[in-house]
Amino acid sequence: MLTDLLGFPPQVLFGQLLLGLINGAFYAVLSLGLAVIFGLLNIVNFAHGALYMLGAFTAWGLAQFLGLNYWVALFAAPVIVGAFGMGLERFLLRRLAGVDHLYGLLLTFGLALVIEGVFIKLFGASGQPYPTPAALTGGINLGFMFLPWYRGWVVVASLIACGATWYIFERTKLGAYLRAGTENPKLLQAFGVNVPLLTTLAYGYGVGLAAFAGVLAAPITQVSPLMGSNLIIVVFAVVVIGGMGSIMGAVVTGLAMGLIEGLTKVFWPEASATVIFLVMAIVLVLRPAGLFGRVA
Amino acid sequence: MKTLKTLALGASALAMASAASAEISDGKVKIGLLTDMSGTYSDLAGPGAVAAAEMAIEDAGAMAAGMPVELVTADHQNKADIAANKAREWGEAEQVDAFAELVTTSTAMAVYEIAKQQNKVVLVSGAASSPLTNDACIPSGIHYTYSTTALANGTGKAVVAEGGDSWYFLTADYAFGQALEADVTKVVEAAGGQVLGSIRHPFPASDFSSFVLQAQGSGAKVIGLANAGADTTNAIKAANEFGLVAGGQSIAALLMFITDVHALGLETAQGIQLTTGFYWDMDDETRAWSERFMERTGKMPSMVQAGVYSSVAFYLKAIEATGSDDTDTVMEWMRDRPIDDFFAKGGTIRSDGRMVHDMYLARVKSPGESSGPWDYYEILRTIPGEEAYGTLEDSTCPTK
Repeated sequence: MLTDLLGFPPQVLFGQLLLGLINGAFYAVLSLGLAVIFGLLNIVNFAHGALYMLGAFTAWGLAQFLGLNYWVALFAAPVIVGAFGMGLERFLLRRLAGVDHLYGLLLTFGLALVIEGVFIKLFGASGQPYPTPAALTGGINLGFMFLPWYRGWVVVASLIACGATWYIFERTKLGAYLRAGTENPKLLQAFGVNVPLLTTLAYGYGVGLAAFAGVLAAPITQVSPLMGSNLIIVVFAVVVIGGMGSIMGAVVTGLAMGLIEGLTKVFWPEASATVIFLVMAIVLVLRPAGLFGRVA
Repeated sequence: MKTLKTLALGASALAMASAASAEISDGKVKIGLLTDMSGTYSDLAGPGAVAAAEMAIEDAGAMAAGMPVELVTADHQNKADIAANKAREWGEAEQVDAFAELVTTSTAMAVYEIAKQQNKVVLVSGAASSPLTNDACIPSGIHYTYSTTALANGTGKAVVAEGGDSWYFLTADYAFGQALEADVTKVVEAAGGQVLGSIRHPFPASDFSSFVLQAQGSGAKVIGLANAGADTTNAIKAANEFGLVAGGQSIAALLMFITDVHALGLETAQGIQLTTGFYWDMDDETRAWSERFMERTGKMPSMVQAGVYSSVAFYLKAIEATGSDDTDTVMEWMRDRPIDDFFAKGGTIRSDGRMVHDMYLARVKSPGESSGPWDYYEILRTIPGEEAYGTLEDSTCPTK
């Protein structure tokens, strides 16, 4: 047995693979949002981590100030944060249409710093606790590990979000417009389609996905202003590996990188923060457009 | 040629004037506070540490030995290179006389190097690692608030005494985590306990489920968390979620601050034993100072923040008494006298730089026992300074 050779019992390996899949689900939802935004707006959205954090904080705020529970927040927070995102797109990002990518990157990076700074000032870096919803507390003993119900739910919810996104983009008329908008916005506009509105909606949707992931993460980690910045760099690596702008690529790569990271945490824990970047470097050398990207 | 001569004359006159004026270099006392202003440790140190230093300076009337006292601060972002560059710049160009706070061991170590070259006083409050008063010690460095040795002798010993004789560590993979793991391992093994293994996790880590699962699989009775701040709170949350405690294992949070307990909430944190150098609700003096701190910052002080106040106040007292900000003079005065304030009763500074004072073993209250926000600790026992920090003979500091 391979696992015996490496000195780890299979139970440990199964457990880690499952956990890797759970983390991969987060990477998938976040990188999916990035891919949607990059695909349609050509913007490298460095504010994604901050918007993910905003999603978690919105859930916390809804519970704290309005007494609304997790299930409401799971729908309300992405809508609220998505609307905020559309405001950002309409009033800030739109002004950068047609200029170099670098400007969008700088603007969104600056926005992320401002948003995080404001939240650190308001709530401190240690963050706030958010309880696991009552229906999902506890867990099940799978024999090789104890799986908290909540973590299982995270995978299910993420896959639903990814599936829904894929369906919208690949199988609906709206999705067809969106894809056409990336290929040739001028021509699409000539057909009477409101392309600026489409762009705003797409950004709002990408941001909503980030906020959705934030709500999913809230009961697991401390709801902290820094939760996004700890994650976002890894997510960017995932998007680069998958290929910028590829929806399917983002999802598959997200899950795969979760698994690879999970295994590294067993065999060489110190390197677990680095392994994804190693994969990124290798992929960039062998396939500069990413695993699923098309060469421009 | 004439201008050159005039310049030279002027310069030497200036030099003589400044030498004659006072023992205080450049006519003022300048303290440079380096801390984490926005990262993981900004709640336990950060802006609160700055506020504490400001309070100490204000309480001294912003004067020491008739000279104005000034505070400069910077965010070292928990990065050693930033801390070192800032300290060098302050020491060379801005005549900073002492460096204060320095949460995160690597930044304290880096500033120690600079302070050694420039012969400046260092008042370390936030960093924990015991090497600061052992192999890495410098003659002008004071390790003030707590140390990994004290944490090991406090929480570590208490847990072993309660039957926790097999351990597994989740260790933050940098100098502090490693020092804490090493110090606790010593205590556990000396008491006849056993360390079954450890995981070095990246710092900071966002997801602890994998590490918790491995700790669970180790079969150890005690899972020791050799990390701090958000890493500790996230590890505790994951341990609860994955049923580690329900499965009969216990968690030893080897370093936990009151700000961490506040962030976790008592529901999750209740029952955790921890070692602290300060708790606001001990006596009238601690309450009086902490209420003032609360008014200013909206939070109760962590031990690091209270330590910053105490160390800066003691340093200014030394300057006031000696009439000099010369490093050697001030250090000698401080080593010769006990510190007696709300923070440290009868604390003494040893020749290896260790400030020895009583520590406290505390247990986090349950929500039912707590009367409200910040009423978090029940003090189980006072750990006498010598027991917490060991003796000077144990220190491996070459200049002790």
